Amino acid sequence: MAAVQETIDQVKSIDVTEYKYGFVTEIEMDKPAKGLTEDTVRYISARKNEPEWMLEWRLDAFRRWKTMTEPAWSRVQYPPINYQDIYYYAAPKKGADPKSLDEVDPAILETYKKLGIPLREQEILAGVAPENRVAVDAVFDSVSVVTTFKKELAEAGVIFCSISDAIQEHPELVRKYLATVVPVTDNYFATLNCAVFTDGSFVYIPKGVRCPMELSTYFRINEQNTGQFERTLIIADEGSYVSYLEGCTAPKRDENQLHAAVVELIALDNAEIKYSTVQNWYPGDAEGKGGIYNFVTKRGDCRGKNSKISWTQVETGSAITWKYPSCILRGDGSRGEFYSIAVSNGAQQVDSGTKMIHLGKNTTSKIIAKGIAAGKSDSTYRGMVSAHRKATGARNFTNCDSLLIGDQCGAHTIPYIEAKTATAIFEHEATTSKIGEDQLFYCQQRGLSAEDAVALIVNGFVKEVLQQLPMEFAVEAQKLITISLEGSVG
Amino acid sequence: MAIVTPLKTAAEQALSQQFANVKAELPGTLPVRKLREDAFAGFEAKGLPHRRLESWRYTDLRGLLREAKPLATAARVTPAITARLAALPFDGVRLVLVDGAFTPELSTLEGLPEGVNVQPLTEALVSTREDLARILSGPSIADSDTGLMLNTALMRDGVFVEITEGTELAAPIAIVSLASGEEETAIFHRSVVLAAKGVKATIVEVSESTGPKASQINGAIVFETGDESDVQHLRLVTRQVPETVQVQSLLATIGAHAKFESFALVCKAATLRQQYFVKYAGEHSEIGLRGVNLLGGAEHSDVTLVMDHAVPHGVSRELFKNIIGGEATGVFQGKVIVRPHAQKTDGGMKSNTLLLNDGASMFNKPELEIFADDVVCGHGATVAQMDGEQLFYLMARGLPRPQAEALVLQAFAGEAVEFVADEALRAFVMAEIEAWLSLREASSVVSAV
Repeated sequence: MAAVQETIDQVKSIDVTEYKYGFVTEIEMDKPAKGLTEDTVRYISARKNEPEWMLEWRLDAFRRWKTMTEPAWSRVQYPPINYQDIYYYAAPKKGADPKSLDEVDPAILETYKKLGIPLREQEILAGVAPENRVAVDAVFDSVSVVTTFKKELAEAGVIFCSISDAIQEHPELVRKYLATVVPVTDNYFATLNCAVFTDGSFVYIPKGVRCPMELSTYFRINEQNTGQFERTLIIADEGSYVSYLEGCTAPKRDENQLHAAVVELIALDNAEIKYSTVQNWYPGDAEGKGGIYNFVTKRGDCRGKNSKISWTQVETGSAITWKYPSCILRGDGSRGEFYSIAVSNGAQQVDSGTKMIHLGKNTTSKIIAKGIAAGKSDSTYRGMVSAHRKATGARNFTNCDSLLIGDQCGAHTIPYIEAKTATAIFEHEATTSKIGEDQLFYCQQRGLSAEDAVALIVNGFVKEVLQQLPMEFAVEAQKLITISLEGSVG
Repeated sequence: MAIVTPLKTAAEQALSQQFANVKAELPGTLPVRKLREDAFAGFEAKGLPHRRLESWRYTDLRGLLREAKPLATAARVTPAITARLAALPFDGVRLVLVDGAFTPELSTLEGLPEGVNVQPLTEALVSTREDLARILSGPSIADSDTGLMLNTALMRDGVFVEITEGTELAAPIAIVSLASGEEETAIFHRSVVLAAKGVKATIVEVSESTGPKASQINGAIVFETGDESDVQHLRLVTRQVPETVQVQSLLATIGAHAKFESFALVCKAATLRQQYFVKYAGEHSEIGLRGVNLLGGAEHSDVTLVMDHAVPHGVSRELFKNIIGGEATGVFQGKVIVRPHAQKTDGGMKSNTLLLNDGASMFNKPELEIFADDVVCGHGATVAQMDGEQLFYLMARGLPRPQAEALVLQAFAGEAVEFVADEALRAFVMAEIEAWLSLREASSVVSAV
């Protein structure tokens, strides 16, 4: 079946030419010379006033990175990246290291206002019920501008700050957990990130604490020719819970910009982390000029018993996406979930998916992935589910569908399913015929047209992903909700 | 990661030496010689397939072939071979290869049905057919495979079967390839089946080893079928000597409004890699690739297929049933390609696996590569152990555990076997499966009832 008109219109409404966040903020930036040498690494470390161990760690990563080559296995194509033609650090000059919002450059505040990100606590308090509040860490190019609700969170024992602050204030936690999920030499882009990461968020939820509000980070790339290398580390100690949101946008520029982030999640016994992303980096224009290269390593480690990590992502931006939010299910009885909707338009290329590595006993995982490709874009789902010999009773359910709109785009599915224990039960499916005849019949019998019936059933199915998003993000994803997946192919 | 250019392994060096020694004496006209030279150059550039090659990810031929055995040059007809041939049930045309060499004295060549021409490959390779090189090459999706390149470079013999337009065969044609195992040898054979327009035929392909010693077997079969043809292919890879390492390639180009159905039974096959490269050359054709893999001990079976929907309105079905015990490993890698203009394609790919005990492994990679927007393509892969409820049901009705298990497994495999159209062949396949099941021990793990 081909896509229905309604779907085509919906996807068009979020086409690359409709990108709303492409404005540029003119502010004076402080940045070192272009290029990447040991001096760049030292510069970044010095600017952040980092302790000696951190600098050594970065330099070690940099030396290893120099011996590595860029991976070429993904289904994306781009001209070689000149790593010497990028600014690795860019911070607003005015009001460096602000103590309060009043010291922050008003131009930046204006930017966040335009993006609809509330940074003033009282503004948030004014119209919103307390339980719907969100604490925000706003990262502008290479630095964290402000983190809201720090005080209130601290009362609950929650640490929520930029990773630069965490290195200063909680070095013992950072040293204990940094790079324990994504090793320094995990992959080319992760190693590069280790050497030059500039900012990102750090979250620690102490034992038994249910984080009193949603935490979120909003990433904005503004400056020309810069790469953004963010690093996020979230630790949920025994019995705790946190829901974390991430949003990202960038101005329209003709050149490609590199975004190579590393996100590490650690869930100890009975802890739960919910990580949601609405990725809306500038996708480039209809011809594929400009746009962000989003080469991201995201991984969660269910280290403790009965821990749970869930990834939810709505991907509409970036010229090229290369990311596989994964779960290592180490603790017995742990659970990993991955919900994804990826919409590609124009000349976008998406190679995304997940890995569920079952190591502990009775671990379970679930993967729901939807890819929608239009224009000349290419969308690939690449996923791995594996059960180690000792992962007895491992269970996985995977469902990935894709939908093509037009005959110039491509949709591909590359799943790896590896079982080394007989007690594992893995199911992988990617079909359209799952819309049951009986469901259709039921709806039609009650007076719905065939098309409406299909839309209703399939939208119910897509909501499976969208329902995982916290309220605040559901609004942003609203326009995607109505997209019907009729005519989707495996 | 630095780019590693590995040193040539002992086996790779030996193969280079062997090719240099025998290329002058291997049969072939100039175009065939060029084909061999090009293929070998391709092989030398890449070396034996290894884990870093995506399409060989789970079968490390470089590791498996520690040394290249000497090339088999002639048939050694042993008493074991004669005895095995006598026991094989296939009546009708029987074409026998021993150690890769066509053996007319063991084949039934008299009384070939009308419309069927058979030539040894050695003769076909020196014939003046202009399209020979094209036919031998098969679809272009197979071009980059190094396992096949080796076969192209070193193929010595096989059979070349031509079935003329409109011929409908009542009985199957069996191509029986036996390895004598008198010596440790490397066998490279290739057979070709050209079925013209409207042909109805069944081809049975048997690969077995009789001897005490293990061989390295690299076989290939090329199908080119015409419009409105209906070709059924049954492959039986059984009774191999444990150390045997085998690669079997199937290349098929299928005409319009045609049917092509291939079924492979794999049991006691030691280490086996089957690869399929199938292309639709005409619209409105139906292609089915199916199989049952029964694995135990340290066996390894890899099924890798590429289905190229190059034209609109193609229907393809792949179904592989794997029953894996012991320390055995099963692999399924399927890739369905739907080209930009191949609208209205209908593809369905499935791999179902039952693991009988801990220690058994299964690796699935069912890929879709789709460039057309009005298609229906699905794939499914499951891995599990036997269903405890089914066993409970049967045992509650008085069946002892081993019989109950055998029945469940038989039904599981049977779902694929039912696509073997020829009734006698279907019964034969089922009997082979039952024989294998009766010899295995009861499973050690079953999900709780």
